[in-house]
Amino acid sequence: MTEIDKQIQDLKERLQYIQDIFGNRENANVSLLGSKLNDFVQALPSLGPSQIKRQLGSLSDLFTFLENKLEKELTPMDRVRIVRHPQRICLKDILENVYDNYTEIGGQGEYSIDPSMIIARAYITRNVGKKIYKQPVMVIGQEKGHGQEFRNGGSVKPWGNAKALEYMKVAVTENIPIHTYIFTPGSYPVEDYPGAAQQIARNIYAMAGINVPVVAVISEGGSGGAEAIGLADTRIMLSHGYYSVISPEGAAAIEGRAKSGGRISPELVESCARQLRITAQDNLKMGYIDRILQEPALGARPEHFDFFKKLRQEVILATDEIILSVRGIKLFRAIALRKLNNPNIYVRWGLSQKSGERLLWRRYQKYRSLSQWAYRDSTPAWQKYKRAVSETSWSVYSFLRYEFFGRHQRAITHLAEDVQGEVHALFGRAMHKASRLLRKLPGVKNEKEEVCQLTTLSTWEEGMSWDEHCRYISPQANQDRTLPCPNTVKFNCLDLWAPDLFGDFAGVCSHCGHHFPMEYEWYLFNVFDPRSISEFSPRLESLNPLDFEGLEHKLDQAKKQTGHKSGCMTFEADIKGIRVVVAMLLARFRGGSVGAAEGEKFSRAVEQARRKHMPFLAYVHGTAGIRIQEGTNGLIQMPRCTLSVRRYLEAGGLYLVLYDTNSYAGPVASFLGCSPYQFAIRSANIGFAGPGVIRETTGLDIPPDYHNAFMALSRGHIQGIWDRREIRNNLHHALRTMGGEFLYYR
Amino acid sequence: MIDIMALLNEIKKAPYREITVSAPHTGRIEFAVKDTGIKVDGATGTWSERPGTLLARLIREGNAKPLHAPEKGEVVHFFDIEDGQFVQAGTPLLNIRHFLTKQEVIDIILKKALHLFKAPEKGRYYFVSEIDIKIKSQGLRSVNIRDGDEALILSRMKRETIIHYEGPDGIIYTTYFNSNESVEMGGPLFGVCPEDQVNNIKTVIDKIQSGWEEQE
Repeated sequence: MTEIDKQIQDLKERLQYIQDIFGNRENANVSLLGSKLNDFVQALPSLGPSQIKRQLGSLSDLFTFLENKLEKELTPMDRVRIVRHPQRICLKDILENVYDNYTEIGGQGEYSIDPSMIIARAYITRNVGKKIYKQPVMVIGQEKGHGQEFRNGGSVKPWGNAKALEYMKVAVTENIPIHTYIFTPGSYPVEDYPGAAQQIARNIYAMAGINVPVVAVISEGGSGGAEAIGLADTRIMLSHGYYSVISPEGAAAIEGRAKSGGRISPELVESCARQLRITAQDNLKMGYIDRILQEPALGARPEHFDFFKKLRQEVILATDEIILSVRGIKLFRAIALRKLNNPNIYVRWGLSQKSGERLLWRRYQKYRSLSQWAYRDSTPAWQKYKRAVSETSWSVYSFLRYEFFGRHQRAITHLAEDVQGEVHALFGRAMHKASRLLRKLPGVKNEKEEVCQLTTLSTWEEGMSWDEHCRYISPQANQDRTLPCPNTVKFNCLDLWAPDLFGDFAGVCSHCGHHFPMEYEWYLFNVFDPRSISEFSPRLESLNPLDFEGLEHKLDQAKKQTGHKSGCMTFEADIKGIRVVVAMLLARFRGGSVGAAEGEKFSRAVEQARRKHMPFLAYVHGTAGIRIQEGTNGLIQMPRCTLSVRRYLEAGGLYLVLYDTNSYAGPVASFLGCSPYQFAIRSANIGFAGPGVIRETTGLDIPPDYHNAFMALSRGHIQGIWDRREIRNNLHHALRTMGGEFLYYR
Repeated sequence: MIDIMALLNEIKKAPYREITVSAPHTGRIEFAVKDTGIKVDGATGTWSERPGTLLARLIREGNAKPLHAPEKGEVVHFFDIEDGQFVQAGTPLLNIRHFLTKQEVIDIILKKALHLFKAPEKGRYYFVSEIDIKIKSQGLRSVNIRDGDEALILSRMKRETIIHYEGPDGIIYTTYFNSNESVEMGGPLFGVCPEDQVNNIKTVIDKIQSGWEEQE
């Protein structure tokens, strides 16, 4: 092939790329490029060498010029096509060009537990003054592999995420920073152990406590898959990437079904991509990424070596900044870094124990302060003030009670116990002998045990008395009809009369134990002690932060229907005298989906439990996942709430999760799934994606009971299944057994 | 001894099975399918999770219970019941004519022609080594078996028991178990047919495989 052929081939490829990106859209510039190239190729035989060279040069200039022009016309959906293009840079390119050397660990090409997740131990060499420093780093990311089939498009299986987690822990042991590269359209939604949702939850939970700097670079940030390695101190986003709660096609499928039920039109997908605000600019404006790294026109491809250089500088700078922000001696270097943007400053990438703790605290604060604008708190000012005062006084009280007195008191108690034990050991035998001697004396009579039992009065055992509950009548019980049990064919269950079933049987088939869905109010009346519930932050309100078409109306409807301002109800209540903080996701409010308001309420509830040293119960009446219409405002609740949960658990809290009806996606894959104690009510379905989504994305046929609580139990995702009629007792029992003596570990 | 050709001819005369759908319990009936000649589907999906065509609703105490078609076929007859009438449990409602598939015809014939040896208890089954070697070297249908012969080894919870064959003498025509899967009690293990019938059965089955036309 001659040099000219090569150049023509190159131009053809550039044209093909542009055509791929712009999809089916008619564009005058693209057709102009096509016709110019075509004319040139046809006229080629008649041209002399100097003419060819000149024309090729001008054609190449035209390409560059129009590429820059087209760059400004990119729609969000075009950006989606860019990141999914086989020519898009991938992690292997980055490892080759950004790091000075690397060793891939945990798999080679196809031969890996999950080829879509790559982990490498790499280093960056830095020349500072006359010295050369090699700075090691753990690189973790999804690999799309320029369209290699076995990479699965960067859709990571649960065991791939588990592998990532394993090496994050290695990085902590070695005290080296982690660079994560997010190139995933979403996680592969299978439930096989360790389970898509549960593993992502475990990853997020672990990342919330990783005390080494984490820098994330986002190219294609699709939902849970992105969060599995995305909880970072600095998030850099590539300018042509997207970061979204769901793929635009997925969002369109959900929106489209609600409207017509037919095939999804490309216009709808386009409009969803626009409304979800998935681009780098949008995410920067909303605050979910820290900065944008500008790519060449129409997106970075492997031949853009300048881009890799910029990326290298950017990740080094980000890591340096994180380190310096938590380290003691930093003043001049921090200024030099920020103001002069000078990469030739050496910062050692290891952290001391104390700096690590500061890093974690900074990470917590960073995520805690996100998405504050995406909900409304219409609590009156005086109540907010009252809340602040009460929170402060509780913090002071907790500190005094548990940290200050608690520690001394415990020391004294332990000492007293030891002394008592010693005394008993010393005098026990002597006392025993003395009492035997005493009994032998003529005046003292020995009362036999049986006589004692027969002549003394018996008393009720403690805890046996039955509280008289205020009764709650389910509206379902007010209909004069019978209902068939779905298990009739299997167990010959009789039809059940609605007033019996929903009034007296707690919605449970009296023959086979099938659970019919019950309203959340039933639980309020039947699980907690009567009149013990006190709700807090009820005026935190769900909004439509992205002005998503139609959401406003749907939210208004949900608010009117349920009387709640958001899909999460938070309250304190007693269970047989034990005070607990409860966050409850309501299935009736937009399917129990979690947005900014719900996330905030959940976090506040966790904080309240932490402040007051109370056990925390997440009762999931149902959740359909993250509210997609809120876009990344919803998605960010996954790491946000998990950070709060982690802080609570590390302070010694007891966190129980109880699933009812259907619980899917984001919340299960983060702040619910990270609980060590998850239980389900018999009727529950738990999973990452519903059967329809699994069928669409994986092509697997899913058995009807795939998400059933019993299947979840046998996969090890939950720790037990409870009967609805026994929840109160079981919860009390769980609190007593898992909560220990003080219902709080430390 | 049965005449297999006669059996096949008999099936050919009426290549269908008529299924009577009757009321599972008392109630007021509301038909969803109202005319004869309508094609209906049975339950579909890998786990039969999608129910068949809705035939009628049976309403009792305000509870409308759907009645679905149990098999694919055609509605051929309605019994004399009016829409909205109150029916007793077990009242026949309509007939569905289900045309037999190739497999169903073969199953009917084999069931009549073979003696099925059933699993005496739940467990995994293997042939005793003598039979196993013969099957492996000369193929199935080369093994002659007599009443009282040692035929199988039952393995359950590491306990291995030898099972003796009981039934008429003949040749092992087909097996229904896998050595790595557990068989429920009463499940068929293998089918035996008299030696002189083997060729007969083979021809008939080949004939069905090549020539049976499945009707919609």
